[in-house]
Amino acid sequence: MSLAFHINGVSLGHGDETVVRDLDLDIRPGEVLVVVGASGCGKSTLLRSLAGLLPVRGGALLADGAPITGPSPDRALVFQDDALLPWRSARRNVELPLAIRRVPRGERRRLADHWLAQVGLADHGDRRPGKLSGGMRQRVQLARTLAGEPKAILMDEPFGALDAQTRAAMQRLLVDVLRTTPATVVFITHDVDEALYLGDRVAVLGPEGVRTLIDVPEPRDPATRGTPVVRAAREEILRSLT
Amino acid sequence: MTTTLAAPARETRTESSPKRPAGRQASRWLIRAASLVTALLIWQWLTATDATLWIRFDRLPTPVEVAGQLGLLLRDPLYYLDIAQSLVRILTGFALAAVAGIAAGIAVARSRLLSDLLQPLFEVVRPIPAIALVPVAILLFPENEQGIVFITFTAAFFPILVSTRHAVRALPTVWEDAVRTMGGGRWRVLLSVVLPGALPGVFGGLSVGMGVAWICVISAEMISGDYGVGYRTWHAYTIVDYPAVLVGMITIGVLGFATAGAVELLGRRVVGDR
Repeated sequence: MSLAFHINGVSLGHGDETVVRDLDLDIRPGEVLVVVGASGCGKSTLLRSLAGLLPVRGGALLADGAPITGPSPDRALVFQDDALLPWRSARRNVELPLAIRRVPRGERRRLADHWLAQVGLADHGDRRPGKLSGGMRQRVQLARTLAGEPKAILMDEPFGALDAQTRAAMQRLLVDVLRTTPATVVFITHDVDEALYLGDRVAVLGPEGVRTLIDVPEPRDPATRGTPVVRAAREEILRSLT
Repeated sequence: MTTTLAAPARETRTESSPKRPAGRQASRWLIRAASLVTALLIWQWLTATDATLWIRFDRLPTPVEVAGQLGLLLRDPLYYLDIAQSLVRILTGFALAAVAGIAAGIAVARSRLLSDLLQPLFEVVRPIPAIALVPVAILLFPENEQGIVFITFTAAFFPILVSTRHAVRALPTVWEDAVRTMGGGRWRVLLSVVLPGALPGVFGGLSVGMGVAWICVISAEMISGDYGVGYRTWHAYTIVDYPAVLVGMITIGVLGFATAGAVELLGRRVVGDR
């Protein structure tokens, strides 16, 4: 249950402005692909197009061989912040994708509690987002996304608004949680260390397309931090970012 | 016509903090009551001494006279019939305006076609004071009753429409995007995002709409009613019964205050703390 994306000669933009031209990229089923790039290079635009929220300007954008024409529950989007509905409790937020999939009410509640427990928020289901910290809100959003059982999870700088400590904890949590799902993950960040920790591959995006595509040595293994191979990969990413 | 923009709900949060000492709460109520009592005392003093400053108080009834008249009317079934009649008119007009105003506000805010189609019409009709529609109401409706409800409806409709439209337009797109990427369609977005998200603003419009509706139901009753608080007040004036006129006005004030409070209370219950 994981999606493959084929991005072939795609141009992206909004309004009169074209942000990315002639982008070619294949995203393998089940991998974690991290996209890094300078601000305004079109990372978020690419993600919104993969989610089906933004039509492409040209080229072919395929999910499992079929052109992406609109949003689908197969491709869930995780936002940076404030994407939870503030008038619903954490649990009712997690129940939302289940309600959309017409899961019966009792089952909905059970599944929502299950996913909240998965992200360590078993005791916070009744709280509204306004009463939760930024890190907790992102965990609820993660639970909500997973509850929809998507085949691909598109994450738009999900930890960008968090402090360094919470961020590190969230990265570890994400690694744990992703082990339980076969979904393909496209993760956007401008933190190179985050990219190297989370990704199977890291793509550096520029206005002219993918500048570099790096296979991460020993992905998601904290023990490899600072080893020469990882340092070399880090150097290479930083070089192509500038 | 008064149409105010819905104030952001966040700014009024100090009103309802749960941990407030009971003593301070009691003293606030005391001040509120004292404000009303003081106004009555000043009125009594001005009218009892027949003060003629530049404004003349020698012919205005004293609060005591008004209270006496109120005591009489409270024993008169007609008084309650009038109140019931006015309430039926305003609640019918207001309920219709709430449904139509919220629906039209959402439609205009969400659809470009409907906005182009309806917005010019609304903008031209909106500045017309609802009470100026009395002649039209008389021409259009077979019965007086329906005309009064129509005028009340028109009065309340526009503040509700405008507030809803602004509230819907001000919604962050991220909520809608989130629901759409979960596979939610148009109706799901409408019911789970647009309606609940716009509620604080909608209730702002309902509050304003209720106020304007009272102004118009009373005016319409004064012009063309057979019963109702407005009709009775105007009738008292034509037979030079000034204490009864003032009882009518106070009745309108209390009814307006009660209905506005009901809308406010309902708003707080439905919207909750966000």
